Amino acid sequence: MKARVYISLKNGVLDPQGKAISHSLQGLGFKNVLDVRQGKTIDLDLADMDRDAAEAEVERMCQQLLANTVIENYSIEMLD
Amino acid sequence: MKAAVIVFPASNCDRDLKVALTLSMGREPDMVWHGDSELPDTDLIAIPGGFSYGDYLRAGAMAANSPIMREVVKKAESGTPVIAICNGFQIATETGMLPGALLRNAGQKFVCRDVDLLVTSQNERFVGCFEQGEVIRFPVAHHDGNFYADDDKLNELESEGQVAFRYVTPEGEQTAAANPNGSRNNIAGIYNKAGNVLGLMPHPERLISDELGGTDGKRFFDHLVSSIV
Repeated sequence: MKARVYISLKNGVLDPQGKAISHSLQGLGFKNVLDVRQGKTIDLDLADMDRDAAEAEVERMCQQLLANTVIENYSIEMLD
Repeated sequence: MKAAVIVFPASNCDRDLKVALTLSMGREPDMVWHGDSELPDTDLIAIPGGFSYGDYLRAGAMAANSPIMREVVKKAESGTPVIAICNGFQIATETGMLPGALLRNAGQKFVCRDVDLLVTSQNERFVGCFEQGEVIRFPVAHHDGNFYADDDKLNELESEGQVAFRYVTPEGEQTAAANPNGSRNNIAGIYNKAGNVLGLMPHPERLISDELGGTDGKRFFDHLVSSIV
């Protein structure tokens, strides 16, 4: 079973890397870019298990290590 | 007095901290490896700067989950003084010992220079050697030192007197230009609610003799040691 975790900075948390990417894109002529927020994805390869139990376990991983909920949001996608 | 310095893979200020503490204490601190699960008997825990675990995932995130940190958190909860410097500050926020988080510097660049700091609150144990409102000088050297807390937490830190140091001009003015990393309210260091845990981005251990450019760090450690003995 596979799971994908998306991690992004919360609204209102300054994202200097997103700003730098935005400036670069505008410099390349992509004038339609208004703003950029960047984040990361983490792909997890899990032992075969009940899907709900797996999702609950990934949720705990996010809380304990993968995301810092002071500054980050996360979402989990279960992939088969 | 006994002190313990926690050492992680890729800590790089652990020996500077050892030198500073040894000079002030007259004996060497215990150097404690991150994989240990027990702390020696100690009156002070110091979490050093560096790039523990290569800053993988987030600065301090992996170190916060190392075996020794569970013990450090327990000791901190029972009142043992903890000083967490730079990467140590990042680690302390990741464990929840200190509120907030340290983000990438607003200017995107690694910042390495001396900064002027306003001693903001009265915490006899940590800053009793400084006048409240005194401007002192420590160096910073970091890429992720941009202190963030949401509005509610920030108001709480301010109203509870938990802000330890602020980045200011040499004259003590809190300006945007004096802020090296975009920290909210120019915050350079904070205390936990109980006042026994101090986290700060600047490095007092790097200014402990005139040969190194200043002695404000020596004053700081001499006082800290004398207040704990």
